[in-house]
Amino acid sequence: MTFEVLNMSLALPEMFMLAMACTILMVVAFLGKNSAKMAYVLSQLTLAVTAILIYQSFGDSGVTFDGTYIKDAFSDVLKLTICVINIAVLLYSTSYLKDRGLFKGEYYVLAIFSTLGMMIMVSAAHFLTIYLGLELMSLCMYAMVAMHRDSMISTEAAMKYFILGALASGMLLYGMSIIYGVTGNLEIAMVAQVIQAGSLDNTVLSFGLVFLVIGIGFKLGAVPFHMWLPDVYHGAPTAVTLFIATAPKIAAFAMTIRLLVDGLGDVQQHWQGMLIMLSVLSMIIGNVVAIAQANLKRMLAYSTISHIGFILLGILSGSQEGYAASMFYALVYSIMSLGAFGMIILMSRQGFEADNIDDYKGLSSRSPWYALMMLILMFSMAGIPPLVGFYAKLTVIKSIVDINLISVAIVAVMMSVIGAYYYLRIIKVMYFDKPIEQEELQAPTDMRVMISVNGLTVLALGVFPGSLLAVCASVFY
Amino acid sequence: MFTDLPLLSLLIWLPVLGGIAVLVNGDKNAWARPLSLLISVATLVLSIGLYTGFDSATHQMQFAEQASWISTFNINYALGIDGFSMPLIILTAFSTVLVVVAGWEVIKDRVSQYMAAFLIMEGLMIAVFASLDAILFYVFFEAMLIPLFLVIGIWGGPNRVYATIKFFLYTLFGSVFLLLALLYLHHVSGSFSILDFHAVSLTLQEQTYLFLAFLIAFAVKVPMWPVHTWLPDAHVEAPTGGSVILAAITLKIGGYGLIRFALPITPDASMALDWLLISLSLIAVVYIGFVALAQSDLKKLIAYSSIAHMGFVTLGLFVVFRIFVNTTDTSGAVLAVEGAMVQMISHGFIAAAMFLSVGVLYDRMHTREISAYGGVINTMPVFGGFAVFFAMANAGLPGTSGFVGEFMVILAAFQANFWFAFLAATTLILGAAYTLWMIKRVMFGEVANDDVAQLTDLNRREFWMLASLAIIVLVIGLWPAPLTDVMHSSVEHLLSQISQSKI
Repeated sequence: MTFEVLNMSLALPEMFMLAMACTILMVVAFLGKNSAKMAYVLSQLTLAVTAILIYQSFGDSGVTFDGTYIKDAFSDVLKLTICVINIAVLLYSTSYLKDRGLFKGEYYVLAIFSTLGMMIMVSAAHFLTIYLGLELMSLCMYAMVAMHRDSMISTEAAMKYFILGALASGMLLYGMSIIYGVTGNLEIAMVAQVIQAGSLDNTVLSFGLVFLVIGIGFKLGAVPFHMWLPDVYHGAPTAVTLFIATAPKIAAFAMTIRLLVDGLGDVQQHWQGMLIMLSVLSMIIGNVVAIAQANLKRMLAYSTISHIGFILLGILSGSQEGYAASMFYALVYSIMSLGAFGMIILMSRQGFEADNIDDYKGLSSRSPWYALMMLILMFSMAGIPPLVGFYAKLTVIKSIVDINLISVAIVAVMMSVIGAYYYLRIIKVMYFDKPIEQEELQAPTDMRVMISVNGLTVLALGVFPGSLLAVCASVFY
Repeated sequence: MFTDLPLLSLLIWLPVLGGIAVLVNGDKNAWARPLSLLISVATLVLSIGLYTGFDSATHQMQFAEQASWISTFNINYALGIDGFSMPLIILTAFSTVLVVVAGWEVIKDRVSQYMAAFLIMEGLMIAVFASLDAILFYVFFEAMLIPLFLVIGIWGGPNRVYATIKFFLYTLFGSVFLLLALLYLHHVSGSFSILDFHAVSLTLQEQTYLFLAFLIAFAVKVPMWPVHTWLPDAHVEAPTGGSVILAAITLKIGGYGLIRFALPITPDASMALDWLLISLSLIAVVYIGFVALAQSDLKKLIAYSSIAHMGFVTLGLFVVFRIFVNTTDTSGAVLAVEGAMVQMISHGFIAAAMFLSVGVLYDRMHTREISAYGGVINTMPVFGGFAVFFAMANAGLPGTSGFVGEFMVILAAFQANFWFAFLAATTLILGAAYTLWMIKRVMFGEVANDDVAQLTDLNRREFWMLASLAIIVLVIGLWPAPLTDVMHSSVEHLLSQISQSKI
């Protein structure tokens, strides 16, 4: 009997993060009430060091832990982005949490564990690893949504999130078990091999596939599995919404690629039709319903749904270029959404949530710089060049034009025009309306710098999108 | 002297970066105005270099620049100009100087932002005319909407929000189809270069869809009837500078787009659908002419007159297919396309002059209602002289630039079909009717009221602004050869492209 030594070094970032998460947990447990500051610093340190570890091991790839864990260029890029985005998320949320008496160590412990879950999802080579990562991420997020215990709306959002999330996990697990039944494998690469070899019962495989797609649809928030999303975005404290709206989308995207492309890529014709429906419905419902929203968080939630529709476009194209386009879209979306929710946090003060669109009235005469940053973010989300959101839309639409799905492409561009309307409304409120109050916005220095970096990144990536596109392309081809 | 400079890049990035500098400088000191003037004049001077260095014997792209931009998709920063784009770039540079001068005293609120918006827009518009890569073109084509959206929305009239959102969504709706068409062409040709698109062969069905996509995009910009309704709203609500840029340049981008994309890429579909374009153009000339007659708002009247004049551009471009059918001689077709181009340039100057004149009145009286005026020439004799001159030019009086383009197109239309020429020629009556009637009501007669009686005549800034335009309108009207010479080889090249079937 031979023992294989596991190549642990491939998973060094995750192991470091796990160790640090436990350390922070201990610190919080022992220091009690005064631990928040300490937990915050340690969390940022953890994320930063993890990011460096990922960056240093760029290029190494391999499968370890008995085929359950994979490290490749795809996982490296996504994990690095997740860490960097979460550094920004924690930075944005601190003052918000302080103002609302939520500045507690638990928030950071949950955030770090959740990040760990995301990283595991991204690096999963096995159905069970995906599930493990997904649950670790989701359970932490349920708790984070419920952190504001006295708030009815937060509690309701958390309940809804938990129940629907659990349902979705159930669906996903059921789909996995059926596919296991057909292929006799849980390891994604092996599943792909068995399917490629052919001679499988396609009916049962498709049956399992349907449940997988439903689970993925729930986690991404694609129509018709989107109902939790606006309520959770609206109900959760904005700092938590910011957390939920950014990095987890990247993880969910990774899960989709791992399951549908890496695992079930050979039955692409079976899932393509389902994804077309999810995508078209998401773009239509997301964009149309967003118009009617008066609450910015709700509006951004519906806009998220429509962006998910666009991300699915690239995946459903079934081409390497399409996957790269979707990845680019997912990364860009998380950067834009980071900025937009960051802006809500910046505008909010003690006892005042700036989540109504009217709260932005006349922002450009109060604080021209912040208004400009928000303008950049909104035009970028609307997909107007020269901002990076345009290239995201361009690449995914290009990928479906290339497979001759012109009708879907037409729906996509029409929906982006409809979508432009509600983003323009934010700009209209900021630039064309008279301000209700006159005083300039006050914000801590780190947040000012962060929002500026965020907005200027969107602009800079818009003028020079080549390098990020090249990174995404290099992952797939 | 300019040959070793990347002149086109300078022309694009000097105003853009200059605009950003003005924006960053802010309103804390009084530098915003002089700095903007300096930048816009410098850009104009540089743009003259395009004219002096231009080789009018060739249709090849000149002043070409090429650099890799997005290597993954082989999207390049590819610039170059021919006889179509060069005059339009100079027109853009000139109009921006006017806009800066026109806003000098009038804009008191957020001056730096106003000037910066126009400077940045100048760079973007020059880039639209100079781009030889489809995605680069599209990026600038759309990016241009952002500053104009803000200009109308911030400094516009009472109904500005409605007008600017309508403008933005209308043009965005048109341009997304352009994007689809460009992506499809890339799918077919494997390149994003516009010149490669010209060479790709397409079936008639493909061409028809592509042509319709181009048509939606550029017809909204031109604007052609029936997708013109955003223009009167946008013009009425926009500040003077916004109206000038809208009329002088952005409309031309529609005509330019048809020349650069629709005609050479989809010649067979253009030929098959020329009846549609010709009918829409004639409707614009005749019907919109009548609509202009009924306007009571000065800016609205000029806006409708712009639509009618742009009808000549599209008529000139698409009547060539009928001329091809009738004769083998290309001189008629050359006349039509050159007429369309001259009409674009001339309309750029005349419409700018008309909107600036309305601006002069509006700054004093704060109304655009024709009925609020009367006998203005009694209190503003110098201004009255200019206004009458520009009105004559707008009506197409021989000796002004307005006459040249219209006359060339009408002459060419005769070779296609008598009735086309007949209907087009009604503009000479309608244009004269609505313009001169407006002038009669505003300028002549008794002094209408106390406000008019207290009007003061042009100051030096306004005088030179209008005088420079008057000189140009007169020069092009009397001696259009320098303008038609530079575009001649490009026009012939275009005609050789569209006379060859791509099926």
